[in-house]
Amino acid sequence: MTNLLLEWVIKTIVILLILVTAVAYVTLMERKVMAFIQMRVGPNRVGLGKFKLWGLMQPLADGVKMIFKEDIVPLQANRWLYIFAPALSLIPALMTFIVIPYGSEITVFGRTIQLHVTRMNVGLLYVLALTSVGVYGIVLAGWSSNNKYSLLGGLRSSAQMISYELALGLSIVSVLLYAGTLDLVYIVEQQSVWPGHMGWNIFRFPLMFVFIIFYIASLAETNRTPFDLPEADSELVAGYHTEYSSMKFVMFQMAEYLNLITASSIATTLFFGGWNGPFVGRLPILGPVYFTIKVLALIFLAMWIRYTVPRFRYDQLMRFGWKFLLPASIVNIIISSTVILFWR
Amino acid sequence: MVNYVPVLLILIIAVGMAAVILVLSRFAAKNRPTREKLMPYECGVEPVGTARERQSVKFYLVAMAFLLFDIEAVFLVPWAVVFRNVVRSEVYGSLKYVFYGEMMVFMVVLFVGLAYVWRKGILEWNR
Repeated sequence: MTNLLLEWVIKTIVILLILVTAVAYVTLMERKVMAFIQMRVGPNRVGLGKFKLWGLMQPLADGVKMIFKEDIVPLQANRWLYIFAPALSLIPALMTFIVIPYGSEITVFGRTIQLHVTRMNVGLLYVLALTSVGVYGIVLAGWSSNNKYSLLGGLRSSAQMISYELALGLSIVSVLLYAGTLDLVYIVEQQSVWPGHMGWNIFRFPLMFVFIIFYIASLAETNRTPFDLPEADSELVAGYHTEYSSMKFVMFQMAEYLNLITASSIATTLFFGGWNGPFVGRLPILGPVYFTIKVLALIFLAMWIRYTVPRFRYDQLMRFGWKFLLPASIVNIIISSTVILFWR
Repeated sequence: MVNYVPVLLILIIAVGMAAVILVLSRFAAKNRPTREKLMPYECGVEPVGTARERQSVKFYLVAMAFLLFDIEAVFLVPWAVVFRNVVRSEVYGSLKYVFYGEMMVFMVVLFVGLAYVWRKGILEWNR
């Protein structure tokens, strides 16, 4: 029993360390991608002492700077809610990564370890539940700041998140019709059947459209452009994180990028075969490599969309979510179930 | 059931991490409060009125509509998980059509609900 506990503790710590580093470098990736799309070079000067590292130490420099900024708690804000809200946003964002399978299994020192921290048979529901809890952090942040801009930003942001959560959940139901289980490990294993990569869910008939609905809904869910009106810099001041400074602001930013990484990870797990790829049967260590490549590709796609497409107005955004995406995902469920009933 | 222990584990570690971050900024940062810094931000002018004014009821209506359709999703998930097994197995025979048809009826009823909400204009303006 203690062996199992030790294994869990080690895996959790490793995953958290990887995540925190990943978040930092995703912010750097965002700035570099933004720069190259805008025909310039991003941060490329921050090195380490006299080693030129082409800007790779930038996130570290930013982190250290943020720690030393003054931490202001506005006088009339509800103090404990104000302090607690960023934590409430960050903690569910961190918790989703224990059910995602990063690989099949590897053998280390004679022990076989599965490359997922825990295997829940309701893994997908657990992830959806945590994204729903993340909305609380935003609402509380907007409310407790006692600032009109924050309140409006928080309300609009949370209304947007819950509207697109419906389309997200219903598009996941379409995938479930094909998968027959909520267990993410099993869903990935199902996608490794012959013929090789054509077993990925994205190549099945209705699921290619479901992926588009899922991806758009997850962009809206994580408040990324083109759906970032409630927190864009030139609208509503800065929305729900107007009154936050220093580390609490960093927690919100971390939570936002973690949500993006979560959404991309779930998309690769459900649609792109997770850790599957060529030769992964013979060399299991390739599993996490393929997984990382796919997740990074989807994150790059999100950033590409962000720096290409203009922002939606808020009423256009809500109309799109309720009048187009929600009926589209319901229709997809009907089509998927009909296809399974009559053809497969 | 023992599979849920890592959830507790990561909850504790994540709470610890958040606490460390908060405490870190408390001790590392300067703390020189001035009157202007502590006021709510309103683009540089003195704030007009409080932030606890009444908000639009549209947010409440959207939350209610979300609740209803989320309950629909809650009913759809278990159905979807067993759907393929039921359709593929020999045991159920032509009962699988009933299985499929019942859920289609349920979804049609909810679709009618969505159409009602649409016609009533809840999904309009502010949105």
